[in-house]
Amino acid sequence: MTVNILLFKITLLVYFVATIFYLIGVISRKERFRQNAVYLLIGGFVLHCITLAVRWVATGAIPVASLHESLSFFAWTLVGIYLIFYLRYRTVMLGAFITPLALVLMIIGTTTSAQAPALNPMLDSWWFPVHVTLAFLGHAIFAIAAAAGVMYLLQERMLKSKKFSGLFYRLPSLDTLDSMNYKCLTFGFPLMTMGIISGAIWANSAWGGYWRWDPKETWALISWFLYAALLHGRLTVGWRGRRAAIFAIIGFGFLLFTFFGVNLFLSGEHSFRNFTGQ
Amino acid sequence: MHIVIVGLSHKTAPVEIRERLAFAPTAMQRPLQKLLELPPVAEGLIVSTCNRVELCAATKEPDVAIAAMRRFLAEYHEITPSEIDDHLYDYQGEDAIRHLFRVASSLDSMVLGEPQILGQIKTAYGYAAEFKTAGLILNRFLHKAFSVAKRVRTETAIASNAVSVSFAAVELARKIFDRIDNKAVMIIGAGEMCELAARHFITNGVSKVLVTNRTFARAEKLAAEFQGKAVPFENFVDHLVEADIVLTSTGAPNFILGQRHMEDVLKRRKNRPMFLIDIAVPRDIDPKVNSLDNAYLYDVDDLQGVVQANLKERKKEAGKAEAIVEQEIGQFHQWLANLEVKPTIIALRRKFEEIRQQELDKTFGNLKDLSGKDRKSIEAMANAIINKILHQPTTVLKQSQNDASGTDHVDAVRTLFDLPAPADDDKEIKPLGDPGQE
Repeated sequence: MTVNILLFKITLLVYFVATIFYLIGVISRKERFRQNAVYLLIGGFVLHCITLAVRWVATGAIPVASLHESLSFFAWTLVGIYLIFYLRYRTVMLGAFITPLALVLMIIGTTTSAQAPALNPMLDSWWFPVHVTLAFLGHAIFAIAAAAGVMYLLQERMLKSKKFSGLFYRLPSLDTLDSMNYKCLTFGFPLMTMGIISGAIWANSAWGGYWRWDPKETWALISWFLYAALLHGRLTVGWRGRRAAIFAIIGFGFLLFTFFGVNLFLSGEHSFRNFTGQ
Repeated sequence: MHIVIVGLSHKTAPVEIRERLAFAPTAMQRPLQKLLELPPVAEGLIVSTCNRVELCAATKEPDVAIAAMRRFLAEYHEITPSEIDDHLYDYQGEDAIRHLFRVASSLDSMVLGEPQILGQIKTAYGYAAEFKTAGLILNRFLHKAFSVAKRVRTETAIASNAVSVSFAAVELARKIFDRIDNKAVMIIGAGEMCELAARHFITNGVSKVLVTNRTFARAEKLAAEFQGKAVPFENFVDHLVEADIVLTSTGAPNFILGQRHMEDVLKRRKNRPMFLIDIAVPRDIDPKVNSLDNAYLYDVDDLQGVVQANLKERKKEAGKAEAIVEQEIGQFHQWLANLEVKPTIIALRRKFEEIRQQELDKTFGNLKDLSGKDRKSIEAMANAIINKILHQPTTVLKQSQNDASGTDHVDAVRTLFDLPAPADDDKEIKPLGDPGQE
């Protein structure tokens, strides 16, 4: 187990350095820093893959059973999805938003117990990893949408007010950012939907009921409706740009609350306490 | 050898003077050869653009050459020297190197960072090479200047942002649309600025052009020129739905496009963004349109503002560029200094001495039972060999000091024998005697 904690810490360190590089790259005009930040992030991601694989082998279950594990897993999907987006859009700037977010998740991860939880029989279901993987992939894609949304609002503000900071020259065009928003929605929404459905099926096998209105389920459903409204607005009424950006940011806020808030403030079947019996 | 430059630019001379001193780009042979005929000038180059004239030369006597080149410039253009003397600047040594590097990097241009100057210098160098007025030194100097300019261009953002109104409009469009090659542009009215901006959009590949004008015939004429479509002025608003980019410059006293119109147009476009450029004074489009979602309205002042901001960005970058220039000056200056004959002979001799010493040590190491006398005669033989070998090259180098081939020989010797740059302590070494005296 110590090996994978060490790996986890090294990964965190690499993400930390990558974040610093991104921030320097954004504040100054040093192209080199931004480029190296991407390489660092790729290196960190590879390490992270190894970390998760080692842990998976050690515990014999997909590493999402404790808060520590799922934070790490969430950060991993986030970085992975960003790197896929990077290949497609080559937007280094997006990384300046996503990398710090992944870093924060990892840092929160260090404050929680890294002990492998005793395997709860409830989690011993084929549906559990499916549910969690789909949900986190959806979350990660929506995180990208939110970051694109923030960039859109910044860029739009500058274009409207005609006051340009150095950021203007480095941010992608409005069209690119808006098309990212749409891409994220078309991939993220089905993933989220399937995540919820697979969760319901798993709940049925674990607790004998598809839907129990526990706080996490409720909040996830609220977020789902929000994204459904955005998708509908985009496809039929021609919602786009600013409004779509704001929706994506609020939607991700809801998702974060669903993930953290429910664990911290509210109790329910999804709380990790129930898993680990602490 | 020294580099000297005599010239004038937009900074030192008004256009009335500059135009009288310009050299016709099609007839460079005669002035180049005349320049080379000046006694102190060993190699020569002439850069002549609408903003500057620069005579650049390699010479042994910088002060004499500068005076001669000043006279040449006046005489060639049949002007009395006193008329232009105050407008001319001259540089020599490190300052001359710095000057040309800065000019090539567009740090001395009227519009900081404009790209043409490098091309103009390349052309000028092309003529000098063609008519064989550039030799070893100017070849190296100009190639160095090109590489400095390239470094400045790639390592700083000095040329990255638009500094003309119409180009700024195209760049803004790219920040909104990403690609403009699949966008449609509508031209309302036919002001000169409007046409210029339209041309920029067309050369950057917009796929569709619509033209409207109160006089339909004029619209048709412009449309034909841009291979676009003319639209009657009465219902141009209906066609706005098709336009992503709108350029207006009519003489209308009031707004021809109001907020209400645009709300409607945007709705019909399903909120696809629109970039509206209002070049007319008084303005054609109600400024309130800018507050509509997905509409971006820029008037002349806004575009001017963008240009000013971009210029400011360039000025910031200029500092970095100056630092690059400074770095590179030293290197070239060093190379030039190495072309001096005396330190080259010293370095060559030292190199041979080193080899001799090494080989002697090796031989004596193997033949331990040699008598003192034997060792002496072997040493003497080694000495005699290097002195004999060095005799001819040293003589040639010394003689060629005083003619044009000198620098070529020095460069060849330095390359062939891989001689290091002379260190400062070279001066302390005793003067080289004739071979055989040691």
